[in-house]
Amino acid sequence: MRRYALRFVALFYLSAILIAPLGIVFYRTFEDGFRPAWEALSAPDTIHAFKLTLIITAIAVPLNTIFGIICALAIVRKRFPGKGLLNAFIDLPLALSPVVVGLSLFLLYGRTGWFGGFFERHDIQVLFALPAMIIATIFVSLPFVAREVVPTLREIGDEQEQAAKTLGAGGWQTFRRITLPSIRWAVIYGVILTTARCLGEYGAVAVVSGRIQGETETATLRVEERYDSFDLAGAYAIAIVLALIAIAVLLTMTLVRPREGTT
Amino acid sequence: MSILVRNISKRFGDFTALDDVSLDVAGGSLTALLGPSGSGKSTLLRIIAGLEFADQGEILISGEDATAVRPQDRNVGFVFQHYAAFKHMTVRDNVAFGLQVRKRPKAEIRDRVDRLLKLVQLEAFGHRYPAQLSGGQRQRMALARALAPKPEVLLLDEPFGALDARVRAELRDWLRHLHEEVHVTTIFVTHDQAEAMDVASQIAVMNNGRIEQVGDPTQLYDQPASEFVMQFVGEANRVGDRWVRPHDLDVRSEPAPGGVEAQIERITRYGFDARIELVDAGGEPLVVQVTRDRLEELELARGQIVWVVAHHERAFAEA
Repeated sequence: MRRYALRFVALFYLSAILIAPLGIVFYRTFEDGFRPAWEALSAPDTIHAFKLTLIITAIAVPLNTIFGIICALAIVRKRFPGKGLLNAFIDLPLALSPVVVGLSLFLLYGRTGWFGGFFERHDIQVLFALPAMIIATIFVSLPFVAREVVPTLREIGDEQEQAAKTLGAGGWQTFRRITLPSIRWAVIYGVILTTARCLGEYGAVAVVSGRIQGETETATLRVEERYDSFDLAGAYAIAIVLALIAIAVLLTMTLVRPREGTT
Repeated sequence: MSILVRNISKRFGDFTALDDVSLDVAGGSLTALLGPSGSGKSTLLRIIAGLEFADQGEILISGEDATAVRPQDRNVGFVFQHYAAFKHMTVRDNVAFGLQVRKRPKAEIRDRVDRLLKLVQLEAFGHRYPAQLSGGQRQRMALARALAPKPEVLLLDEPFGALDARVRAELRDWLRHLHEEVHVTTIFVTHDQAEAMDVASQIAVMNNGRIEQVGDPTQLYDQPASEFVMQFVGEANRVGDRWVRPHDLDVRSEPAPGGVEAQIERITRYGFDARIELVDAGGEPLVVQVTRDRLEELELARGQIVWVVAHHERAFAEA
């Protein structure tokens, strides 16, 4: 009986918070048939927005994966001054509101900012352009790979790495053949979370992009723009594609996870 | 193939793990580093392997200074207490690892792995993963893996420590036979004196970061250089100001000249031997080892007052 009560509470919570709103989005999108939704999705600005989101994700995810693995290795395997700070700073993007991140980038790269003058002299547009949007996305999706990999590295310990060294393996060989295979599921899991975060990022990108239609508008920004222009069907259609990508990402994760236990 | 340890010191923060340690290990010998936990034996082994670096002193392997050489360039085989098996690789790939990183030809790797798997009796398990092996099998795999690149020295850190008693004894015999066959200079760390006596031809007894004595098993037992060695290698009783082995004592039911009065606490029979635990008038514990025949002849009982005498004049002076 109690088991059922627990299930009921969990399912009810999930449907009230998640499934009902998502269902309504689906319903509203196709309320007037597929045509308005298709028109909104095939608009050049929408296609550009999705392209931009994918480009940013394709740059931010690999960079944060490499950085996350390096950070996790440093935190778990090395001793150096400032290690505690590094450990704390990695979590900062989780605690900080993305809008604050956007504003701080403004302060750094704006005309009067620390780096602003340098980029202006070299005629490189950072703010209101792709570079700032990538930097903002990298910042907000920074912690996921490191946070997944750190506990796994701790758990496997360093004896296998020591054994590899005594067998003649150098640092890179040891990493590629021993460490990386041992942490691969944690890395994959972290990559999936990072991807989801990059696709869905709104706040920081909204601040630094300038939201120029067809130029610096990502998919999430496009949803809001359509909504503000009273094109509800369009907004819903883009939102649904984003939701479907998110669901696909989450499904990949659940498919990946059980196999984690067998290695 | 000899190993020379010259004046090695190593500190971890405030803790002195090794304090000016020197040791000669002859090529082809089988040496045990014996001592209680925290005595520095594992640290010394790891310094020889290059897994730790000494604060002071030198390590010479085959006459060459290896003090600053990285572990991957030392050509040592290392066996860990908890196997350190590569969990994502099959047994074959584990054993082949050291040859693959050295980029040996495929055919050579296959032959060498086949031979080693046969040597450690794991021919039938080549395609299994470490998780599908028993502890003893995993440790044999780890040994084959360490031997594969033909190391100049083989180092084993409490290799049987995680195994149950029967498998331990089996692997002990097996290591001794293996050493007779392969003849690689071998050092193994243990806290079990019986294991050290059983396997090694030379034993270095360690305590508090220092080597107390180096010798063959008989020397350590018969001529201990210090009180610590006397107590740690085999059992010892303190009778007055002398140390006596339990089998050098006898029990009399009547007062005897030079005898120490004591009360029997417990009598245990082990096959041919029997062990009598007593407490003397000062409350000090004593252990006497007699043959079973002698025990029956004495007709002793728990609680009985007896006199303990040293029946051999071979008692050891306190160091």
